Amino acid sequence: MTADPAISGPARQPGGVRGLWLVAWLAVLGVLCALSVAIGTRAVGLEDIAAALRGQVDSIGQAAVAARIPRTVLAALAGAALGVAGTVMQGVTRNPLADPGILGVNLGASLAVAVGVAWFGIASAQAYIWVAVLGAGATAVFVYAIGSLGRGGPTPLKLALAGMATSVAFVSLVTAVMLSRGDIAGGLHAWQIGGVGGATFARMAHVLPFLTAGFALCLISARKLNLLALGDDLAAGLGERVAVARGLASLGAILLCGATTAVCGPIAFVGLMVPHLGRLLVGVDHRWLLPFSALGGACLLIVSDIAGRLIARPSELDVGIVTAFVGAPFFIWIVRRARVRDL
Amino acid sequence: MTATLLIRTGRLRRARRRMAVIGGALILLLAGFALTLMQGQSFVPPGDVLRVLAGHDVPGASFTVGQLRLPRAALSVLAGLSFGLGGAAFQIMLRNPLASPDIIGISRGASAAAVFGIVVLGIDGPMLSVLAVLAALGVAVMIHGLSHRGGVSGTRLILVGIGVSAMLESFIAYTLSRAPSWDLIEAMRWLTGSVNGAQLSLALPLLVSLAVFGGLLVSRARDLESLRLGDDTAAALGTNVARTRLLVIVAAVGLIAVATAVTGPVAFVAFLAGPIAARILGPNGSVLIPAGLVGALLVLAGDYVGQFLLPTRFPVGVVTGALGAPYLIYLIVRVNRAGGSL
Repeated sequence: MTADPAISGPARQPGGVRGLWLVAWLAVLGVLCALSVAIGTRAVGLEDIAAALRGQVDSIGQAAVAARIPRTVLAALAGAALGVAGTVMQGVTRNPLADPGILGVNLGASLAVAVGVAWFGIASAQAYIWVAVLGAGATAVFVYAIGSLGRGGPTPLKLALAGMATSVAFVSLVTAVMLSRGDIAGGLHAWQIGGVGGATFARMAHVLPFLTAGFALCLISARKLNLLALGDDLAAGLGERVAVARGLASLGAILLCGATTAVCGPIAFVGLMVPHLGRLLVGVDHRWLLPFSALGGACLLIVSDIAGRLIARPSELDVGIVTAFVGAPFFIWIVRRARVRDL
Repeated sequence: MTATLLIRTGRLRRARRRMAVIGGALILLLAGFALTLMQGQSFVPPGDVLRVLAGHDVPGASFTVGQLRLPRAALSVLAGLSFGLGGAAFQIMLRNPLASPDIIGISRGASAAAVFGIVVLGIDGPMLSVLAVLAALGVAVMIHGLSHRGGVSGTRLILVGIGVSAMLESFIAYTLSRAPSWDLIEAMRWLTGSVNGAQLSLALPLLVSLAVFGGLLVSRARDLESLRLGDDTAAALGTNVARTRLLVIVAAVGLIAVATAVTGPVAFVAFLAGPIAARILGPNGSVLIPAGLVGALLVLAGDYVGQFLLPTRFPVGVVTGALGAPYLIYLIVRVNRAGGSL
């Protein structure tokens, strides 16, 4: 079995070119971070921005900028996590439509947190994350199991449908849980649409260990993912323990999207778009693709967040809405591009 | 001679079976309707209900039955009929149970138009229905166009529909978050569907659409059934395929859109009604009317369960959504087992 044609890019590129791309994207990320701090609903002068960066919060403008800093960091972290998780999921399932949002994994984390808050009275940020990761893991296994039953294995259509069915059920259940607890229903909105507003460094500190572990697992799996792309038989023939490789990489991806959802709520389509763009730039080698997915995801989420702040002035658009608007046409484009028998 | 006799008795048996199914569903629907009028938070005896329906003023029952329960039950039945008919028509025409309007994004289109009309344009009533129908038709054309690439493949149509749904859903969420008062219950209507706060005046557009679009669909039932056999066979049987398809699309989208403009996209009713009706009916004629009745039963029962049988009051869409998703999963699993291609 060969790699899916939809996930093939330039076969081989000299390391120098890829290195240049890496530098270029780092620069882009830097510029975007600066823009994200400088641009917002409220127009703030340069002196205020400089003062806020030094830690002053005397005027409203400085306070606004001070609030934008953790927000930018969170957007970068969440984007990187979702981008890497999407790349790993597409690699593990060998499926160009895999994405933590489309497969319902983010909503699984969301539901787990909602149930935990409403019925088990969890309140600490640490507990949130554990519950979210557990929910994400259970959902990923469930959706993948349904999607891969029968002949043909996990085809894109079966996985997408299984993910969609699960998402609809989970949205219903999240709603049901929230409606039965009127006192916490205000948070309903936050558990259905993801956003990075209201971020604080304290909340981020809780997820950092989970994100680090997730990133590490995914990066370690890069070579294994390359082998998996050759097909299970060939990978086994080359001495790879296929099940272990799958499990390890999936665990990393689940840690990443569970932790991200615990802080931001469900954000879809980032994990879908980033790997496709990354493959266009650096090819299919996961050892390069994963770092690029992290960078690309961070850039994408920051851009979406800035756009959300500008489009809906004087209020804000949650970043989950922006990514869906950009990502859904991208999804359709991939579906259109693939040949019928590949779907 | 015996052959014609066999055919004749076979026809008779199938017609009888069909009438039995439709009659049974009607009786069940009437019983459900009566039950929801009588039993709610409090019990109203049948005599009082009848007197309220006849227009008399019954202290203690006129308001509960006439103002609360009757509009609710009437809207449930009418919307359910529309969803069931429209959904089954799409499933038959595209020869795929997954190609129902709520999965391929057409209901979302109507819902998005309704939200836009209410929040941004400030319109309601018939104008809103018209807007919803136009938007749903637009979405249908768009999905068809996007999945057209050297012929429309069912798989691509469904996947494109899922993508379009995701986009419309976030448009709805955005528009709702811009509404002057973020009202959770009102928002639930447009996200999952609900018959809360039903008014009898809202039944009028539903009745008109059922009469026009529903009548059109049922009158085309025979042509629609022949499409099941494939376009070529249908043409050989004397069906004008292109015209039938156009009429069916307009009628089914109209039904779905008008109902969605009133109750919101009640989750999965359009998707569930057809297969359930087909399972009960068997190969005994067109599934359209039974599907409509099953849809009405689903909404009526879902609303009753959501209101009274659960610890908290839930809108009907939450109940049908929780019910429909396992069925969708079952469908995926079953098709996989059978080794069929999805």
